[in-house]
Amino acid sequence: MYTYKNIFVITLLLIGQLALSQTPNLGETPSQEMLSSWDTTIDPLGRGLPDGSGTAEEGQPVFLMKCAACHGLEGEGLINDRLVGGHGTIGSDRAVKTVGSYWPYATTLYDYIRRAMPYINPHSLSDQEVYQLTAYILYMNEIIEADERLDKNNLANIEMPNRLNFFSYEYELP
Amino acid sequence: MDKKLTLSKPEHVASNGLLDRRYFLKSSAAYLTAGSSMLMGSISHAQRSYPDYMTLPGAPLSGYGHRSVNEDHVQRYISLTRGTTGAGNSRTPLEKLHGIITPNGLHFERHHSGIPDINPDNHQLLIHGLVERPLVFSMENLMKYPMVSRFQYIECSGNSRPNLASEASDLTCGEIHGMISCCEWTGIPLSTLLAETGINPNAKWVLAEGADAAEMGRSIPIEKALDDTLIAIFQNGEAIRPENGYPLRILLPGYEGNISVKWLQRIKLSDVPLMTRDETSKYTDLQKNGTSEMFTLEMGVKSVIVSPSGKQQLGPHGIYEIRGLAWSGAGTITRVEVSADGGASWTDTLLTEPVMRKSLTQFRIPWEWNGQPAILMSRSYDDQGNRQPTRSEFIQNSGLQVNYHNNMIQSWQVNSEGQVQNVYV
Repeated sequence: MYTYKNIFVITLLLIGQLALSQTPNLGETPSQEMLSSWDTTIDPLGRGLPDGSGTAEEGQPVFLMKCAACHGLEGEGLINDRLVGGHGTIGSDRAVKTVGSYWPYATTLYDYIRRAMPYINPHSLSDQEVYQLTAYILYMNEIIEADERLDKNNLANIEMPNRLNFFSYEYELP
Repeated sequence: MDKKLTLSKPEHVASNGLLDRRYFLKSSAAYLTAGSSMLMGSISHAQRSYPDYMTLPGAPLSGYGHRSVNEDHVQRYISLTRGTTGAGNSRTPLEKLHGIITPNGLHFERHHSGIPDINPDNHQLLIHGLVERPLVFSMENLMKYPMVSRFQYIECSGNSRPNLASEASDLTCGEIHGMISCCEWTGIPLSTLLAETGINPNAKWVLAEGADAAEMGRSIPIEKALDDTLIAIFQNGEAIRPENGYPLRILLPGYEGNISVKWLQRIKLSDVPLMTRDETSKYTDLQKNGTSEMFTLEMGVKSVIVSPSGKQQLGPHGIYEIRGLAWSGAGTITRVEVSADGGASWTDTLLTEPVMRKSLTQFRIPWEWNGQPAILMSRSYDDQGNRQPTRSEFIQNSGLQVNYHNNMIQSWQVNSEGQVQNVYV
């Protein structure tokens, strides 16, 4: 049974629909399941990081099995990008850009491994393995200790060595 | 032949053979008159020997046309990333094309994890985050939206990187500058879809994410998203090619190509940039002092002579047409000058209509080459007051370590044998 209040709300909704009617309005409301499973976004403040945790000690065997073939046993680079070292070269004639020497945010490392690595089999790692690998790569770059446990509460607080060298003239950075 | 063809004496407008840009136009009337009398006088009564294709009916009709097999040599220049199959780039052979439109099969490519094989019936576009109501669109529904068509170029911000090396490489125009292409793109303004989702006042950035194996993503300033950003579905009239984002891509006119994310599956509005891998470790501009500028999105004003250009060989002495392309991420090209003497003297070229905003513009000028060594250069200007920098100006301002956004003036050296080569001036 309609009450006056319900009719008021329905009228408001109809007015809203009229205001929108200049465009086709063919979008559908996504399910909560779709929103949560598709939204893999991790921002530099750490929002969006999943549950789970990992240390470098746990990450080493995963790295050797799934990453070393392309990036080298110690992340020195092989058929693909070097991940480790190059510290102090940024700003010299021969800049060596690695995770340790160049990347400004540790959250980017987690996000990128989770969405794109290993190259031949992306989206195959568990969230836990991604924390472990993130920790191991940061450890190889002497940014964290071997037993330091990373999770959604502390990853964004890791101070990347080159962070303060990034700037934008046009936009405010977080 | 009862009439000798005469042309007006070419008027030199800058040193080393550059002629008035309208010389060919002025002469065309004379060609026309003389041409018709030549035809009249050349009728022969001897039996013509017909080629095979004129003695039998030709090939049947076809559902989808292909270029002549004689043109199969016109190919993109492919450069693979080491240790991968689907990552790397292929460049448009600019020197083998005419006009401003890049054929779909020759549009440059840059993939980070290969080309996904997407069935549009299963593809969806999700818009969520700081919106009033998240919405998901099927391709079938998107196709029902009113669309706009625009002629826009896309240029990779790593384009022309070979010329950031300390020594000039002997390469073709396309090998150096071919990570730019221009098409008529048709699609839905992103602002239309964002009007339907509504925008939370805290939204300042828009993440665009692709459905490739790397789920490549970039953050877009919301002002740009609401300005001229397009959800593109068609490329030169037909569905976007798989290597260019089928079934849909986002297209940000004038911005570095990487941000026009292909195979678009998700748009998320956010209060901060997401700091994805491709806007932090890549596509940031390393300065001479070791700092790095982020979100240098607009591409600079630029031009390049495509003919004569690197590794080409001039024929006999005589009058040639210098031909090239110019563009600016800031707006519309207003002027392109060329020099034939390494930058000592310059003269205006003729811009070929149409001249459009954030599109390719073609320029032309006649040039008399009589075997003299020459260095050909072009420099462009846009309607926002920008001028293309010389190599030394670029190095002074940005340095060679910058790695991206190289818009320095290109120099092609022509030697007395007519060989053309990439050089630094």
